[in-house]
Amino acid sequence: MKRVLVANRGEIAVRVIRAAHAAGLEAVAVYSDVDAQSRWVRIADTAVHIGGSAVTKSYLNPDALLAAARGSGADAVHPGYGFLSERASFARAVAEAGLVFVGPPAGVIDTMGDKAAARRTAEQAGMPIVPGSGPVSDVDDAVAAAERVGYPVLVKAAAGGGGRGIRPVDSAAALAEVLPAAQAEARSAFGDDTVYLERALTPARHIEVQVLADEHGNVVHTFERDCSVQRRRQKLLEEAPAPGLEPSRRAAINDAAVRLAKQVGYRGAGTVEFLLTPSGEFFFIEMNTRIQVEHPISEAITGVDLVAEQLRIAAGRPLSFNQADISIDGAAVELRINAEDPDNGFAPSPGELTRFELPGGPGVRVDTGFVAGDRISPFYDSLIAKLICSGPDREAANVRARQALDEMHIEGVRSTISLHRKLIDNEELRAGPVHTGWLGS
Amino acid sequence: MTTIKAQMPGVFYRRPSPEADPYVEEGGTISEGQTIALIEVMKTFNEIKAEQGGTISKFLIADGDEVDIGQDIAELGSV
Repeated sequence: MKRVLVANRGEIAVRVIRAAHAAGLEAVAVYSDVDAQSRWVRIADTAVHIGGSAVTKSYLNPDALLAAARGSGADAVHPGYGFLSERASFARAVAEAGLVFVGPPAGVIDTMGDKAAARRTAEQAGMPIVPGSGPVSDVDDAVAAAERVGYPVLVKAAAGGGGRGIRPVDSAAALAEVLPAAQAEARSAFGDDTVYLERALTPARHIEVQVLADEHGNVVHTFERDCSVQRRRQKLLEEAPAPGLEPSRRAAINDAAVRLAKQVGYRGAGTVEFLLTPSGEFFFIEMNTRIQVEHPISEAITGVDLVAEQLRIAAGRPLSFNQADISIDGAAVELRINAEDPDNGFAPSPGELTRFELPGGPGVRVDTGFVAGDRISPFYDSLIAKLICSGPDREAANVRARQALDEMHIEGVRSTISLHRKLIDNEELRAGPVHTGWLGS
Repeated sequence: MTTIKAQMPGVFYRRPSPEADPYVEEGGTISEGQTIALIEVMKTFNEIKAEQGGTISKFLIADGDEVDIGQDIAELGSV
């Protein structure tokens, strides 16, 4: 492996290019029309134009990305997150083109990407799963299944992910109304109208475990993250480790994630997501077969460079460490600074970053794909920057986060900085764990 | 001739999903409050509703193209 094509944009493209360079690899960036002058294009060794600004014409176009990989002489493709990262057909096409896909084998993406199939696999691995149904075809079928599962239920798209394609329902009448719309939405958003039901477990915490697996049989975890601070199932603030988790519970959850990774023959970096109830029971929800937005907080508490490990694994080398080599050192929090207006229903706020001042200092990391003067385009997601703050303990991480937020200035677009100030100052959140419905309440 | 203007910047779509029929054809009649297009902004789909009834004589932006806030989307003739 000598040259990696980074099939993504924004901060994760910058992150992967940095990791590639650190590993002595060349990096090839890709860009759409509006991204021609972007930061990731400038820091890569070469860059390839892949099409129009709309995602279907560029970052979601497998043929354009494969052509870019071949044309640039890349021998590996890193998909980042979102876009084509969890599309098995893309992983397969990359492999068939004789290139290395930086991620798990296509068959594993198939299994874990179909959320209904993933539940079956997890059950076979002896994992507790949220009570739910198999795929439901029509309203009668769904209502019968919901009786068995128990209301309230979530109608979920089998091909969904990232918190999208999920609708809560509390009665048969509501289910009859929602089902056709959910199927139509799943079809248009994910190209597959298969939906299934899952019991809505509330209140519960969203706990996820980062795993790494190489082709030499090594499977490890880098502990868990708590991503319970969500708005409409979109994560806003994440912490590692999960606050207040008993050591025995932590060990049980982390071990369960490793067990699942082994069961499916996992390779690369992945995340196993769980719901943790107030009584301490935990249930498998899904596995994300890619690097995640919030991976830096796991890096902050373990010292492991997850993207570097992804590249090592893809090159066929063993992990650089064993489970016994790492432990939790301190605490970290990530704040997602989005181009959204928290005072106006989180309305998207594209525009030019006329002022973009970033914080710094010990324990402060900023991952962003932008510099002052860049445009946050309406074509893509609203993430401007990730602010990752760490310290010897949770309180120290929060104090650094508060200082960092005070130093950070964004003008030209609305941002979620003001919301994050309120979150960091919030006494309930500072006191301890919250559940996934907390922010919405 | 009045025009329908974009209330937000984004990507303009004339149909609810890629395989679906357009909300309204050129020459089609619309009534107040009827959805005539979508504008996608940062992965959020917003329905564009007609503020008054009439006949869409012409769309001024192609399906899938970028649109700016305040830009004319369509020409609206009287019924």
